[in-house]
Amino acid sequence: MSIITKKITKLENIALNPAKAVAESCKETGKEAVGCFPIYTPEEIVYAGGFLPVGMWGGKKEFKESEAYLQGFCCSIIKTNVELGIRGAYNHLKAVIIPALCDTLKCIVENWKIAVPQVPSVAIVYPQNRWAAGSQEYLIAEYKRVRSELEKITGVLITETAIEQAYELYEEYRAVMREFTEVAAKYPQTIDAKKRHLIIKAGYYMDKAVYKEDVKCIIEELKKMPEEKAKGVKVVATGLIGEPIEVLDIFVENGITVVADDLAQESRQFRTVGRPEGTIWEKMAGRILDQRGCTFLAEQKKSRGDMLINMVKNTGAEAVVVMMMKFCDPEEFDYPVYKAQLEKEGIPILYLEVDQQMESFEQLRTRIQSFAEML
Amino acid sequence: MSKTSKELLNELVAKHYEDAAQAKKDGKLVAWATSICPQELLEAMDITVVYPENHAAAIAARKHSQEFLDQSEGCGYSIDICSYARVNMGYKDIQYSEAANIPMPDMVFCCNNICTTVAKWYENLATELNIPFILIDTPFNHIYDAPAHNIEYMRNQIEHAIHQIEEICGRPYDYERLTEVMKISNETAYWWRRACFTAQAMPSPLSGFDMFNYMALVVCIRGKKEGRDLFKLWCEELEAKAAEGKGPWKEGEEEKYRVIWDGIACWANLSPTYKILKKYGINVVTSLYPDAWTILYETNDIEGMAKAYTYYHANRNVDYVAATKSQRVKDFNVDGVIFHSNRSCKLMDFTIYEQQRRITAETGVPTVVFDGDMTDPRIFSEAQYETRIQALVEMMEENKKKKAQEGK
Repeated sequence: MSIITKKITKLENIALNPAKAVAESCKETGKEAVGCFPIYTPEEIVYAGGFLPVGMWGGKKEFKESEAYLQGFCCSIIKTNVELGIRGAYNHLKAVIIPALCDTLKCIVENWKIAVPQVPSVAIVYPQNRWAAGSQEYLIAEYKRVRSELEKITGVLITETAIEQAYELYEEYRAVMREFTEVAAKYPQTIDAKKRHLIIKAGYYMDKAVYKEDVKCIIEELKKMPEEKAKGVKVVATGLIGEPIEVLDIFVENGITVVADDLAQESRQFRTVGRPEGTIWEKMAGRILDQRGCTFLAEQKKSRGDMLINMVKNTGAEAVVVMMMKFCDPEEFDYPVYKAQLEKEGIPILYLEVDQQMESFEQLRTRIQSFAEML
Repeated sequence: MSKTSKELLNELVAKHYEDAAQAKKDGKLVAWATSICPQELLEAMDITVVYPENHAAAIAARKHSQEFLDQSEGCGYSIDICSYARVNMGYKDIQYSEAANIPMPDMVFCCNNICTTVAKWYENLATELNIPFILIDTPFNHIYDAPAHNIEYMRNQIEHAIHQIEEICGRPYDYERLTEVMKISNETAYWWRRACFTAQAMPSPLSGFDMFNYMALVVCIRGKKEGRDLFKLWCEELEAKAAEGKGPWKEGEEEKYRVIWDGIACWANLSPTYKILKKYGINVVTSLYPDAWTILYETNDIEGMAKAYTYYHANRNVDYVAATKSQRVKDFNVDGVIFHSNRSCKLMDFTIYEQQRRITAETGVPTVVFDGDMTDPRIFSEAQYETRIQALVEMMEENKKKKAQEGK
């Protein structure tokens, strides 16, 4: 097996088996894990404390215990996290961080304290009025509060020096990921839609110091190869997450290549470059304050439509695929606005409503097939 | 003979919409604003303020919401998001309703103390209408008391909003007038709360569905003298009724059970929700609405103002909300609680089950949940509602019997 195949297979397996992967990462690094809810959390603070920040992006589970807390019209990622939490699947976590980025997450901040008392939680409330003076100061105070909460829970002192080091590592990881998405777009056969997603997702269950080296290796190996032609349609993906995985299988079957993404689980995590100047707190705050086109952070004027249009133009994509997570209010609010903007530009849109508990994919398969044929 | 508060209420609601239309014609600036926002900042600069949530409720109550829901859903708005927003986004395009009309805005003014959703909704309006977006972001209070940095952040935003308003109006801010509006708003809040609290009397002189009617006005007229005077008059009428021992309804109709209604009314299904309760002698004596517009702070105390706005109940933790409702059960001699699981409002819905458990544990009163929506008429089912209410009646009756036996 070639080096690149080995690395890709390793990351694919990790992304497909999060629980096992986290256990192994903890064993290898000797660290304990701290769970990080979607969408944003200050992972650097967790890392600086000597803990392993791990992503919590739901999964395919039947809802039983969580029904005592949440109605049926709740985002499936978040409801799955609560379900797994009550069942004890997260008992090994030292703590979880929950950002109150939408109305559902605000309620989860509250429900978690009662439903999963064995796993301590720390809430963080990001500023929405990012254009007002004082939002930076506020966010820094929130970061410092999160640090104190974590210190109290774990008994570990988290120094600024350690946070600076963690931030540097994370900036490097983010730069590697930006490069990966650019390079991967030139190798649509080696890095198909499913592999691209799994490689990016694997980072949530590994120590970033290890993970970034694996991704770097993949980039280097790719660069040695001649560029590849896409078999079919090139698209930009937008939405919360590029799952369920079965949808990506259908993409691959139909030659649909993701050449760039605006997915919350993928590029939104690393597309914004940190500010070069300022204290460590200002740099960390800057990444949130400078983030554009993400529905979880308000803007004076929505920039997502223009951003998607530019992504399509810059990558030579032929369409935008909307992975709409059912019951995600913020994503659902953005859609009509960027839809109208994309239509005005004549960019085709494939709208797929998905949730993590989906069983049947035949309808989606037909829609994806006809979309691929139409273009 | 002087007018009753009910007569004045209807006049003032009509006047609110007429004045707004006239203001637009006269070239005055119009703002669309969220229902529990610091309207003081706009009123002080003589900006005409209208409230899309109120407007959507008025459209729904007159059975006209479907047309606007269809319009926005046709543009891609999911049926799963807030129906106030869907009605309003539809109205933005159609710009006319037989039910009620509001002039198009020159700016949008949003306070996300009521939910994160309004910020998304107003961001869409600001983008599509290309108008200024003024946001007062009130971070969710997952801790019982708002920390100092939250208050400081909100104070900064109020100052920032004042600058934005100065720029939009093209003149310096009128701080003297702000002082005056703050004073009136606080007086209105005082009378609103006092009037709602007359329902503590047994029987209650106030029918909860009447409170919903008056609520329409407290949203849009909190900073105006005529609003304050109306709520004072309403309060005096209710206190007089209570002194005479009069109940919420006509002579002979007994207030058998006293309940809390939790959540927004089903504006598109007001009649069945009201009639079914009345059929069983159930009166809604309170909810957390009396507190919603009880925005009290000392005049010119900006930090106090920030605190008052961020402490809207949906922006506070379950400890606060459940404890406050339990206290209401005790203070208002409540027999049961009806929770509206409102398809439009995830923030109010997703802690209902925990609140039910806590309220029953703390007070012993039964609770029920029914499915509905504030402005989308397609969600509510009369049969389900009545079945749930019947179950509540049985449980309340059981409790009454037990209490009577214990009393013997």
